[in-house]
Amino acid sequence: MQLNGGQALIKALEMEGVEVIFGLPGGAILPVYDPIIDSPIRHVLVRHEQGAGHMAEGYAHATGKPGVAMVTSGPGATNIVTPLADAYMDSVPMVCITGQVGTASIGTDAFQEADITGITQSVTKHNYLVTEAADIPRVIREAFHIATTGRPGPVLVDIPKDIVDPTNPRSAMEWYWPTDAEVIAGLPGYRPTTTGHPRKIKEAAELILASERPVIYAGGGILKARAAEALRELAELLDLPVVTTLMARGAFPDDHPLSLGMPGMHGNYTAIMSMQESDLLIALGSRFDDRVTGKVPAFAPHAKIIHVDIDPAELGKVRRPDVPIVGDCNQVILELVKALRSLLDGGAAPADITPWRSTLSGWQETYPLAYEPPAEGDLLKPQMVLEALRDSAPEDCIVASGVGQHQMWASQYWNFRHPYTWINSGGLGTMGFSVPAAIGAKVGRPDRMVWAIDGDGCFQMTAQELVTAAAERIPVKIAILNNAYLGMVRQWQEMFYEERYSEVYLSPDLPDYVKWAEAMGCVAFRVEHPDDIQPTIDKANAIDDRPVVIEFRTDASEKVFPMVAAGHSNSDVQVPPFQRPAGDTSEEVVQ
Amino acid sequence: MTDQTVGEPRHQTLSVLVENKAGVLARIVNLFSRRAYNIYSLAVAPTDDERFSRLTVVVDVESAPLEQIVKQLHKLINVVKIVEHDPRHSVERELLIATVKVAVADRHQVAELTRIFEGRILAVSHDALTVSLEGHPSKVDDFEELLRPFGIAELQRTGRVALAQLDREPPRLHAVSPVRGKAG
Repeated sequence: MQLNGGQALIKALEMEGVEVIFGLPGGAILPVYDPIIDSPIRHVLVRHEQGAGHMAEGYAHATGKPGVAMVTSGPGATNIVTPLADAYMDSVPMVCITGQVGTASIGTDAFQEADITGITQSVTKHNYLVTEAADIPRVIREAFHIATTGRPGPVLVDIPKDIVDPTNPRSAMEWYWPTDAEVIAGLPGYRPTTTGHPRKIKEAAELILASERPVIYAGGGILKARAAEALRELAELLDLPVVTTLMARGAFPDDHPLSLGMPGMHGNYTAIMSMQESDLLIALGSRFDDRVTGKVPAFAPHAKIIHVDIDPAELGKVRRPDVPIVGDCNQVILELVKALRSLLDGGAAPADITPWRSTLSGWQETYPLAYEPPAEGDLLKPQMVLEALRDSAPEDCIVASGVGQHQMWASQYWNFRHPYTWINSGGLGTMGFSVPAAIGAKVGRPDRMVWAIDGDGCFQMTAQELVTAAAERIPVKIAILNNAYLGMVRQWQEMFYEERYSEVYLSPDLPDYVKWAEAMGCVAFRVEHPDDIQPTIDKANAIDDRPVVIEFRTDASEKVFPMVAAGHSNSDVQVPPFQRPAGDTSEEVVQ
Repeated sequence: MTDQTVGEPRHQTLSVLVENKAGVLARIVNLFSRRAYNIYSLAVAPTDDERFSRLTVVVDVESAPLEQIVKQLHKLINVVKIVEHDPRHSVERELLIATVKVAVADRHQVAELTRIFEGRILAVSHDALTVSLEGHPSKVDDFEELLRPFGIAELQRTGRVALAQLDREPPRLHAVSPVRGKAG
């Protein structure tokens, strides 16, 4: 079958099972947009290319399928660099197609030319500059294979105009579709290890049985490996307590008796201290990020480490594991459960962990996540808004978040009971992530309610995508926690810069969020009084045919606690002032 | 590049087999730069199989642990195979060419030195000699050191290339050794 490169590209995406492309056309990618008209693939027309990238990420987080974004050359491509970096940090499977100037013009500083493969080399798992139309099916297959296997990540495919333009003879090609074997043979340097080493798995099982203070340190890799069920099986087999990192929220149910919640800089006291006092950390698909470890030499000083990751480079990158296991989390956990069962069946007795569990529950009682309720006439507390949103939403509701205080409160106060219900920018910390990510998630899971929890600073970065949502009838719900500040920066300035507030004030009413949201085709509400929280949320939840925005006016002085100051030991975790023992007048840790 | 400490344990030679595709060298160099690893020398050329090229890279293992460097390199899709060359079990070679400013009266001294090192004289002019030497990097270091007093006008070294030493032990018979990876 004779096709032109543009037709071949769209057909290749169809063959890969792509349902939706998030994108925005332009000069160089025009020939690829023409065959989209005749394709069953849905195209969501964004208002800014960054939106396309985050939508593809949100879609991938929610569905487990690779998100696809398509943009033009030059500025279109550079605008999607941030989402690529975001997806790379958080291991999100994503394929990004960029237009490029014709092959003959490459390197001449042509109009809208940017060396996007060069620019994105360090923020993609791999990228391609395709120079022949005949390579298109093979490269697309390889791109999806690389994006979705091993440690998932973004792959960029740069397509010069001449190889897709039907008026150019260089675009002519004979259609073919490579087999799996051909794809693998074509990538001699890419062989992810998925099966854990049996001897290492046995060693891990023996360590687990001997541990008196074990903690499972579950990371985002659990979700990427679809290993939530296996994780639960492992935890329940020996009553192992589980912390779920920011990237793993939902991987283990928060209401499970073994759940300790989120560790890290703004984790809860018990989760943080459980790792500090543990004698065995079972790290599953987690990467000892600095936001989790705090000061590395002081992190979990008594713990032996079992580290399971599909990326060998993560093992020993930050902390040398006692038992390193390279492999797919799901497979390794299932093997580990099998190994534990056979040891137990053979008469091995696990160490007694009852004292440990009672220590943990003691901490949970003494230091629960808590905040002080507002006094009459005060602005809303962000935590009470989140509790109301949480308690009004169905339990499978998907929550997307931006980056900052609201993100930490959302992660702390939401009750995650299912995997793939929490979508956020963890590694890169991209402000403006939530609105487009929520839209992408809703496109992928139209059956689910999707709330974006956003801050006023974040909202102003990508709000224009609500026009996309309104135009495409994608009924997402946005809660803006408007405290009129870049709240997290304000918190650091208050705590570590002697309350010298430099360039963090945004104003509560400039812009007017309700008018702005309405102008973008959304239903919009403003809530200033605690009594209005619930009725307004109920109204928003009842709307299912267009996007809704609620602006909550919240208290700027509210800080996120607990907190481990950057560069400090996790043992220096600060609980909120009202939880500190009476007589503790120690100053807050200064950076 | 002419650092006298080359060859001491803070350096390690890696032989990296890569797919012979556009931009692969840039990916490798970018990785070193992005992760703050130092390269001491880098040599790259196609292999006998036109699908692959081989990079021989001498890395500073004080800037980062060798294990991390190797693992991160392996993550590059186009990297096919990495061999860590233990200097005791590898054959290493480097080429040096140098132009030495030398008066006619002293020319024989440089010629003599070159002969002792089994190097070659490539060109001669009224007041200069261009010489070349191929050999083990430490031998090349010594030659460079002894040339220096004569006045080096220009000098270029290729960076080292390396291959594993041939195994002198009798080959293992696969039919009688345990097959790995088949357990369970």
